[in-house]
Order: sequence, then C-alpha cells, then structure tokens
Amino acid sequence: MPSMSTRTLVQLLALLVLGALLLGLGLAVGSTGWSPWFGAQAWPADAMHQILWEIRAPRSIGAWLAGALLALAGAMAQGLFRNPLADPYLLGCSAGASLGVAALLFAIGLSPAATALALRIGMTGAAFAGAVLAVLLSLVLARGVEHGLRLLLAGVVVGVVLGSGAALLTLINPDALRAMQAFMLGSTGYVGWSAVQVMAMSLAVCLLVGLGCSRALDALTLGEDTARSLGQRLTLIRLLLIAALSLATGAAVAQCGLIAFVGLIAPHLVRSWGPVTHGALLLLSPLTGGALLLAADIGARWVIAPQELPVGIITALLGGGYLLWLMHRRGSALGAVR
Amino acid sequence: MSLTTGTFAQRLRGSVHRRAALPARMAAFALLLAASCIASAAPISLKDDRGVTVQLPDTPRRIVSLLPSLTETVCELGDCEKLVGVDRYSNYPARTQALPKLGGLDDTGIEMLVALKPDVVLLGISARVIDRLESLGLKVVALEPKSMNDVQRVLGKVGQILNRPEEARRLWNRIDGHISQSAASLPAAARGLSVYYEVDAGPYGAGSSSFIGEILTRLGARNILPPELGPFPKLNPEYIVRADPQVIMVGQRNAPGLPQRPGWAAVRAVKQQRICVWVPVESDVLVRPGPRMSEAAALMARCLREAAAGPVAWPSAPFNAPPGGMR
Repeated sequence: MPSMSTRTLVQLLALLVLGALLLGLGLAVGSTGWSPWFGAQAWPADAMHQILWEIRAPRSIGAWLAGALLALAGAMAQGLFRNPLADPYLLGCSAGASLGVAALLFAIGLSPAATALALRIGMTGAAFAGAVLAVLLSLVLARGVEHGLRLLLAGVVVGVVLGSGAALLTLINPDALRAMQAFMLGSTGYVGWSAVQVMAMSLAVCLLVGLGCSRALDALTLGEDTARSLGQRLTLIRLLLIAALSLATGAAVAQCGLIAFVGLIAPHLVRSWGPVTHGALLLLSPLTGGALLLAADIGARWVIAPQELPVGIITALLGGGYLLWLMHRRGSALGAVR
Repeated sequence: MSLTTGTFAQRLRGSVHRRAALPARMAAFALLLAASCIASAAPISLKDDRGVTVQLPDTPRRIVSLLPSLTETVCELGDCEKLVGVDRYSNYPARTQALPKLGGLDDTGIEMLVALKPDVVLLGISARVIDRLESLGLKVVALEPKSMNDVQRVLGKVGQILNRPEEARRLWNRIDGHISQSAASLPAAARGLSVYYEVDAGPYGAGSSSFIGEILTRLGARNILPPELGPFPKLNPEYIVRADPQVIMVGQRNAPGLPQRPGWAAVRAVKQQRICVWVPVESDVLVRPGPRMSEAAALMARCLREAAAGPVAWPSAPFNAPPGGMR
C-alpha cells in the first residue's frame, strides 16, 4: 500500500466504526421495529438467538457487503471511464441480470426438465450469469477494451436491448411480475450465511484487483496517452478492472437484486470529503457504500414494520437527497469536485 | 411483420364468417326466447364498480370478459355460450379455452375485441382499456371482485346483466352453503391452527382482509397476518419466523427453497412438514374471487385436515404451468 495520509486513515477508521455501529443497530431492528437483543424480551431466548444468528446477522452483514461491492464497482467504473456519471450498471450488468432472472422465471413451469434445470441454477445463478454475459456482450460489441467511449456506448445498447428482452419475457409470463418487481427494487430479505460468504470472497478478490490497479487509475486521470507514456499497460488494466467490476456487481446483484444509486453515490461522497488518490478511494468507497446500504436496509425494515419497503427505494431517497444537498451546499456541479 | 398481417387477415376473415353466420344464429336465438316466453327487449340499467351507470338496450347476446373470475361467473350462471372472447388468463371452464384470447387488461387486443362486436364487455376496474373501448362505442361494465362481499355483489350485477337474478341468488346461496359445510366438516384438531398463506416469495402473504384470508377465517384458522396489514403485504421474512405458523400454504411455483430460507427451518410448519403446496390448477381456484370460492374453501379445508393429522405430502407431479397464468 502506497503511503496513506493521516486523513485517509482517520476516515477509514471512522467508517469502520460507523459500519460496526450500524451492524449493532441492524441486529436490534427486526420485524417488530426496534427489538434489541439486550434487555428483557417477551419471547423465549433460544428463538431470539436463532432469529439473531440466522436472520438478522447474515442479513445485516450481507447488506453491508452488497453495498461495499456496488460502491467498489462504482469507484472502479468512474475511474476507468473517467466519467463521474459511471456506475456499476454501466456495462449492461443490471439489464443482463434482469434478463437472467426473467428467463429463469419464464423457464420455471415451462416443462418438467426446464423447471428442474431452472431450480438447480436458481435466482442467484441466473442473475450472476446474466450480468457477466451482458458485460461480455458489451466487450464484444465494443471490439475489446481499447476505446472507452465505444465501450460506454456498447454498454448502453446492451442495457437497452437486454432490458427490453426481460420486459418481454415478463409480459408473456405475468406470474413473474411480482418476483421481477421485487428483484428490480432490490431486497436483502433472504440473505443467509452462504450468500455472505460469496459476497465476502468477491469483495476480497475485487478489492485486491482494484488496489493493484489503483496507480494506473491515478495515471489515467491525466488522459489515456499520458497514462500510456507513464508505462501503464492500459489494455491489461482495463480488462482486469472490468472483470473485477462485473464480478463485484454480479455478486451483489445476484444476492440482493438491483439496488439503485449506492454505486454511483458512494465514490462521490468520498471525494466530497477532500481529494483522494484512487488507492484511498477504492478503500473508502466500499466502506461508505456498505454503511449506506446497511443504513437503508435498517430503514427499510423499520419504517413500516412488520412490512418492508424495497431497500432500493430507500437507497435512492437517501443517496439522492444527500447528493442534492451536497450540490446545493457547494453551489457547483458535482463533476467539478474531482 | 408478415406474421402480424397474416394473423390479421385471418382475424378479418374469421369475423366475416361470423357475421355471415349471425342472422341464422339470431333466428335460432329468437325462437329459443319465444319458446321460453321471456322475450322482452327490457333495457337494463346498472351501476358498475366505477360508479358509472351503464345502460344496455337489451339482455346482451355477445359478451366479452376480460377477467377470469367474471368469465367463470358468466359460465356458472349458464350463459357460457354467450361469451365470444376472453382474456388470456381465463381458462375455466374448459370450453372458454377455445374462445379468442384478447390479451390481458394491460395489453388488450382492442382491434380483435371490436371485431367480435360484443354487446357488453365485462372487465376489471384497473383497466386502462376502458376509455378506449367506450370511445369506440362499446358498452363496458367494470366489476372488481376482491372480497367475499364483492363476489356476492358482482354475482348480483352479472345476474342482472344476464337477466338471471334468481340464478345468481341461488348460486350465491350454494357457494355460501358449501363454504359453511367445509368449515363444519373440519375435526376439532384442524381448527384454530395458525396459518401463513404465501402469495409470492417476496415474501408477500395473504392478510386477513384479503379474500383468501376471509375464507381462512371462515374455516376457523388463525391467519398470522392481522387485518391492519392490508390484503397482500410485503413482509419482513423474520416476521413469519417469529409468528411461527403451524401450517404454511404456498403455490408450487414458490414452494421449492422455502424450507431452506435463512432461519425458516425452525418454523413449526417446516419442522413438522405441514406445508400445503398447491398445484397450478388449485392455485387458479384459490386466487380467483369468483364462483369457485367454495372449491377454494374445500381445498384449504383439505389442507387443514391433513395438516392436523400429520405431515403433508408435496405434490408428486413436477411443476408445469405454461406462462400466461396468474399462479
């Protein structure tokens, strides 16, 4: 790790503490709203223990991890494409994942063989495969990773085409409407320990790749030619980063659905606290995104308990509100913050 | 493109044929009416669920229904042969499957519908299609059965439209009687069981105020979802684990993986294998607030009876429901 400023260290520590606090809060908020694990409670202790351990703990940790993955992917995408509007869903990931899920829901019930196959793949498998395939498709359409702009355009096209495919499948099969809607708005309701493991491993891998490429991203802010003249192997770096960002996005989307805005807003939040190198940004963004999504998830469980709001709505409200406030306070376009 | 024109041409041809056959059919119909001595061109006026008063010049002879429960109601009242078109979800009774399918409420095939020249179109209130149909000069009656009371009211309205008010009354009494019978047939052990009815894996449950919840209440079951949560709330899964229902009812589409959800292994219904899984045909009956409500009650009563006796077996047939249903 290259030299890290004291400010970054303080921020890292603060975000870690915030994450831990939110985790504690996440354990204390459940289907009846505020229902802490400490203090006297009406239900038997072992039932509470089980609810805490098997539902609230993986769910809270999972929400944090998903937020971290999306924020990391967002930070990578913004650095890679040198575009402040870039987000994890840039290369068609979200549309691909939707199409995967729509195709799965369509296949269930089509014929016994298709049903058996679909059940073996599962929602998470289909969403992940769809997201990765969409990215590959974008790469093929853009004929490699040489041109950032072409890649962006290809991503937009792939997103639109696959998205309409998903809409078509849903229209033919209205049984899937509610499930599709739940997927599009995102939910952490069914995150268990196995999902937590998958996301934790993905986060570790992607973080390593990202940090390894962070110097190249710094060089890239000066322009592609300058970066190349500084000796960066841009093609390899791009490939690595795109692989990492699609792994991160795919892993998060597969477990929690399409959660809006976290990936876009977290890097901006970090940058709004002062200038950072990409090394620090790639560390701070996941911590911020994790805290953001976990806070949103707690809100989603709490506001109308025992009913639940789709967490994506809360992230959009929280993130969007904060972004607006930030823009208002600074009195300048956010793109200039960089 | 060529495919669309092809089907359009067929449709056109079909309608021409129908028109040619119409006079003959009408003559036969007039004879029938005269024979039964109820021939009267009595105009019908009724208020539908939008609050709009609809005037029909006469008892309709060509009916289009865009809601499965309304299709079933028309058929149950004995006027199935008057149906000339239905929505794509209407699949009961079997003879409706041969009728032209006009899409759903959100993507109705307007052109095809108009070509069928219906005297009245029965549909749900949420339909965007209503304005379009009325501007084309069609008579539209919007009826929205959501609760048991709605089913009774809608039955009355459809009876009025079909000029069969007496049949409608008798049908309602029969439905109501069958539900009471199902409830009375339950052994004491099958009463008062706490039940979670899952509508979708969201998880969305059927609340006490929903039509499914009302039947459960009539059967003496305890719904874990109180009425204040509304008819179909999206729940925190933890709520269900905490409520610890004794019986879970779920459609076959959402059943796989239910016992494996985080923490659900400890729920009594899962532990004691008291999960009733509905095959698609049963789901159709259970989710439609219509004349087959009594069958729905019988199905749920069967589930409660089996659950009270011990573990409930899952359906042996693999899930097979071609897209296009509402299960």
